[in-house]
Amino acid sequence: MLRNLTFLKKRLLRRFAIIGGAASLLVSLASCGTSTASASSTGSATTVGFIMVGSRSDYGYNQAVYVASQTVATEMKNVKVITADNIPENSSVTQTMQAMVNQGAKIIFATSYGYFPYALKFAKSHPTITVLHQGGYLTGKFPGNFGTYWGEAFEPVSLGGMAAGSVTKTNKLGFVYAFPIPQTIDNIDAFELGAQSVNPKAKTYVVNTSNWCDPLKQTEAAKALLAQGADVLSQHQDCQTAVIEAAKQAHAYVVGYHYDASSLDPSGWLTGSVWKWAPLYKSIISTILSGHFKGSKYNTNFIGSFAAHNNPLVLAPFGPAVSTGMRSKILSEEAKLKSGTSIFKGPIYCQNGQLLVPAGVTPTYAQINNFSCFVRGVVGTIPQG
Amino acid sequence: MNGIEQTLIGGIAGGTAIVIPALGELTSELSGIVNLGTEGCMLAGALGAYAVTVATGSAEIGIAGGAVAGAIFGLLHAYLTVYRKADQLTSGLVIWFLALGVTGVLGTGYVNDAITPLPIVSVPGLSQVPWLGPILFRQDLLVYVGYFLVALIIFVLHRSRIGLLLRATGERPEVVSVAGIHPNVIQVVAVTVGALLAGIGGAQLSVGYVGTWFDDMTSGYGFVAVAVVLFASWRPLRVMVGAYVFGVALSAESVLQTNGIAINQYLLDALPYLVTLIALVVVSRRGGRKAPEALSRALTDVT
Repeated sequence: MLRNLTFLKKRLLRRFAIIGGAASLLVSLASCGTSTASASSTGSATTVGFIMVGSRSDYGYNQAVYVASQTVATEMKNVKVITADNIPENSSVTQTMQAMVNQGAKIIFATSYGYFPYALKFAKSHPTITVLHQGGYLTGKFPGNFGTYWGEAFEPVSLGGMAAGSVTKTNKLGFVYAFPIPQTIDNIDAFELGAQSVNPKAKTYVVNTSNWCDPLKQTEAAKALLAQGADVLSQHQDCQTAVIEAAKQAHAYVVGYHYDASSLDPSGWLTGSVWKWAPLYKSIISTILSGHFKGSKYNTNFIGSFAAHNNPLVLAPFGPAVSTGMRSKILSEEAKLKSGTSIFKGPIYCQNGQLLVPAGVTPTYAQINNFSCFVRGVVGTIPQG
Repeated sequence: MNGIEQTLIGGIAGGTAIVIPALGELTSELSGIVNLGTEGCMLAGALGAYAVTVATGSAEIGIAGGAVAGAIFGLLHAYLTVYRKADQLTSGLVIWFLALGVTGVLGTGYVNDAITPLPIVSVPGLSQVPWLGPILFRQDLLVYVGYFLVALIIFVLHRSRIGLLLRATGERPEVVSVAGIHPNVIQVVAVTVGALLAGIGGAQLSVGYVGTWFDDMTSGYGFVAVAVVLFASWRPLRVMVGAYVFGVALSAESVLQTNGIAINQYLLDALPYLVTLIALVVVSRRGGRKAPEALSRALTDVT
């Protein structure tokens, strides 16, 4: 009897090993993107890995990364691209980086904000691998094989704010965000300042979800904002479809972020900010391949901007609700930003009346990245830890 | 519309996505089988409903797709646990991973497919009741399905032969055998029906309240449903209270913020879990039902 039971147990265990194996295979099929080999010349091709926190088809942040990685794969003949998506912001990313190195990767793009400490640590322990982090900002000394890159995201976001401010009837704009990280605070402030520039009465109501992509929470947030009277919604989430759907149902307008999702709500879409990473990825990879990465502009905090004509975040196409007059106003503002002006030119005040930027002063990126208050006109508080 | 009203409207709609799976899990557990794969069955249901809605253009037909998708995974769990005597918790987790992987692969193309979600249906008369009317009776179809299921399950459990057989299976399977019915059959049916309900709960997310499909869109709410059943000590009314309270607290998180009310963020994020826990402790003070006996036996036998 006992032997029988042990036998049964063993059989069960084996069975589970098989099922579990099959299941995890499926999971990894789903999460770890298939490697897309584009290298024509085998042997000399350099393998580049891209790691994403969410689904590569999220119509948002991660899809923008994925699409650009595929552009790199097609356009750079001496490069082989491998990708992994749905990798959480914990030690999993270290394992993924190691797995990519085992597959021969020499360059790794860790593309989520929370990957930063893992990416930096990995770079330090793997001096022959070049690690790039998307969105981080290192204040200390850079290892020779590490760099961060981002763009002045708030520039196009402020232009989206103008579009929002111009169409609102209630003067209430809604903004759903994930975490109060510097980029997000900057975006919310720029959105409100952009809206104010065309509509001094416009206020931005904010809700945070403490999650980069939780569609149920996003829906609750969007509906709460709509119930509050907001008639334009924008966001800083990784996935944007739930908020767009909520706006569409309420016949409200949408300013998108990360990826052009105008097809989801053609009549409600005003404009948005969309990532065009491919030129920057290609430039970084070329620099590494030429052997000049160390000490280059990419071996530090690289921030693309309108003024330098290399901002990876650009303005999305306009929807029908934005008037011709407003379009040209927004485009002329874009031209001004490209000539070096800033949405954050002082005087700018925090919600509590404290002076954030003195009159006449244009803050540097490092200063903007240190903003820790919402500007006047934003309704809602920054969560305190 | 004031904040409290919006909190409750959103809470009932969102809570429905937890009430229905929790009732399903209750059914399953009463027969003696825990389904930790509820999260996976919800995911399968969410995608199944979405895919059928895209194909047919009707979210109502989509619900059926969600129910079937959930039931398929439930059937697998039932086969493994009832006939192969697999460890219930392990099998449940396998179901979850399997569903996560399968829906991740199959769902890729659906992220950018827009649908017309379930419309808001006002119940004539009842929706005119001041204050409560719009909250309870101006909702989508599945919210009403949720109300109906609570009543149906209470009735079936306590007033029907099927309910008696189900409860007997969960307590003493031998007794059911004596009555001439194989307890395995009851368990397979209960687990499958439970997973079917989880699938409908998933449909409430994808084609109901949220109206989009997204990878892993259940974000752990299936586990909340399982926990609610446990804390509600297997009583359907308490399951209902727990699930709606969770939904309301989740909705309150957003509404508090849009009204500029500052609360510590960590506390706010923990709010749904805390409030549900407290609510269930309070309603359970008068003593609950003990765990179905077969449940504990099933868990210790194999491990």
